Amino acid sequence: MSVTAFLTDSTLCIGCKACEVACKEWNGVGEDGLEWSGYSYDNTGAVGASTWRHVKFVEQAPVPGVGGNAGEQASWTFSSDVCKHCEEAGCLEACPTGSIVRTEFGGVFIQPDVCNGCGYCVVSCPFGVVERNQSDGRAFKCTFCYDRQKVGLQPACAKACPTESIKFGEIEHLRGEAKKRVDELRRRGMDDAQIYDPTDTSVAGTHAMFIVRGDPRTYNLPPSPEVPTVHLKNAWRSSAIAAGLLLGGALLAFLTDGRDGR
Amino acid sequence: MSDPIPIRPDNAESLRRERRLDDIRREAERHGQLQVVGARPAGAPFPQASPENGYYQIPLLKQPPWTWEIPLYFFVGGAAGASAVIGAIADYTGADRELVKHARWIAAAGSVISPALLISDLGRPERFLAMMRVFKIQSPMSVGVWTLLGFSTAAAAAAFAGFLNDRYGPSLPVRVLENAGQAASLAFGLPFSNYTGVLIGATAIPVWNKNAGDLPLHFGASGLGAAVGLLELMGHRRSRALQALGLGAALFEMWEGIRIETRSHAELDPLKHGASGWITRAGGMLSGPVPMALRAASLFSKKRSPNLRRWAAMSSIAGSLITRLAWVHAGHVSARDWKLPLTDNRRQP
Repeated sequence: MSVTAFLTDSTLCIGCKACEVACKEWNGVGEDGLEWSGYSYDNTGAVGASTWRHVKFVEQAPVPGVGGNAGEQASWTFSSDVCKHCEEAGCLEACPTGSIVRTEFGGVFIQPDVCNGCGYCVVSCPFGVVERNQSDGRAFKCTFCYDRQKVGLQPACAKACPTESIKFGEIEHLRGEAKKRVDELRRRGMDDAQIYDPTDTSVAGTHAMFIVRGDPRTYNLPPSPEVPTVHLKNAWRSSAIAAGLLLGGALLAFLTDGRDGR
Repeated sequence: MSDPIPIRPDNAESLRRERRLDDIRREAERHGQLQVVGARPAGAPFPQASPENGYYQIPLLKQPPWTWEIPLYFFVGGAAGASAVIGAIADYTGADRELVKHARWIAAAGSVISPALLISDLGRPERFLAMMRVFKIQSPMSVGVWTLLGFSTAAAAAAFAGFLNDRYGPSLPVRVLENAGQAASLAFGLPFSNYTGVLIGATAIPVWNKNAGDLPLHFGASGLGAAVGLLELMGHRRSRALQALGLGAALFEMWEGIRIETRSHAELDPLKHGASGWITRAGGMLSGPVPMALRAASLFSKKRSPNLRRWAAMSSIAGSLITRLAWVHAGHVSARDWKLPLTDNRRQP
């Protein structure tokens, strides 16, 4: 048993969606409906209650000479998105039932038999991952294949990935691997390769790191995700002041009223 | 060439589909291209992902999954909490017995309606009791549920004891229940009247967390305005204490409105622009300047016109409800704003 993580390397992803299929089949996740988005080959849009792995098809303006694209064609990259399993997880802190827990592998897991569908985790996730299932009422997201990890297997998506774009392993080992891979990519001329793992923000790093080329915002990876608990102090202070004002105001109003007499 | 197969739409569905073909043809004739999802005519700019546009401008954040019950719960809870505080203080300072009784009724009504609203919004209402497995100080939802439970029990006990007292005359056990219920409903009412501001303030929704330090005060004042308004509508339009509290709440709401309008942050846009902006303004006007003016007019009018206070009361109640709807609506608009999560808020060294 060790603390584990995903490392999703977008430079190796071929957009086959095997991870999406493997995830849905292993976890018994329902279909997302058939609607054409018009956004490249991506008709799902984002991770959600019925999409725990989601392959992004990132079409960008052509960059001649880079990645082998012809000048008149768009550059095309893929990246498999997933729950980030934050070190400081907004959903976990917000859950009022204790349904959301941290597993022994470091992942964030929603116990489906406890969740009562209050929806507070949905508004507390800085990555927009958790979603309430419309038909079921409960919140769902990637389980980090807790059941598989329990018996020593790697998560379904990582196992199904044909190019090892999704790597799974011990977190510190993967951090080292990520650094090595980025160094290698840079040596090969891909100066814009970088690791996305927001350790310098209040989420304090994730158990799902990404290697992307260029600005992570192109992949909808936020530059400064924040765990909502950072706002607690400010909000409760305001609440205490409001309670004090209400109590003091009511006392003042009724005491002076009484003295005046009617 | 053979004749085209004659089309005889013989049911509503095929008729609709035929009309759709006509529509498509008309749009193509008029605009030279079709604006439907998935259709990108040759040569048209294809959607691009970029640091500025993010991933095809698809919003990162999920919208709040809550239904109409939640803004209504914010309104009811705020009014009930403030009302319990008013009732208890009125009792301790020896004010009018009727006022104390009515304030308790409002609190007791809120103590029944609030949990009903909260439970019916759950994805799995039958699992409400799962909320009571734990107490988590870092979860405003958990703290709020326990506050609600304490408040509901206390407010209902105080009102029930008051009823027993009126019906069967005073007795020691009833007095103990009444005093304990009242004291506890005061203690729980204070946080209950404004904690919903913490609840939405400490979230990932930009327009909410940007105002985390304002929302509890704002919601507290809104709840106080509604509680005063309800008591005035129940006949207490001569109480100087209620007039003073109503003026205080309206004054604070006016200040909050000015604060919203004068600060300029991209996160605050939903409070100022579009439908959510106008709902916010309507709620702000009805909570602040309108009752303020009516109460001032009443103060300086002959016989301190209770009629003007009736209008002020109705304005405050409507304003309080609309304010809660506005903030929830603004949260939805804010979550849909794909630009906000892409801005880098880290302090530059």
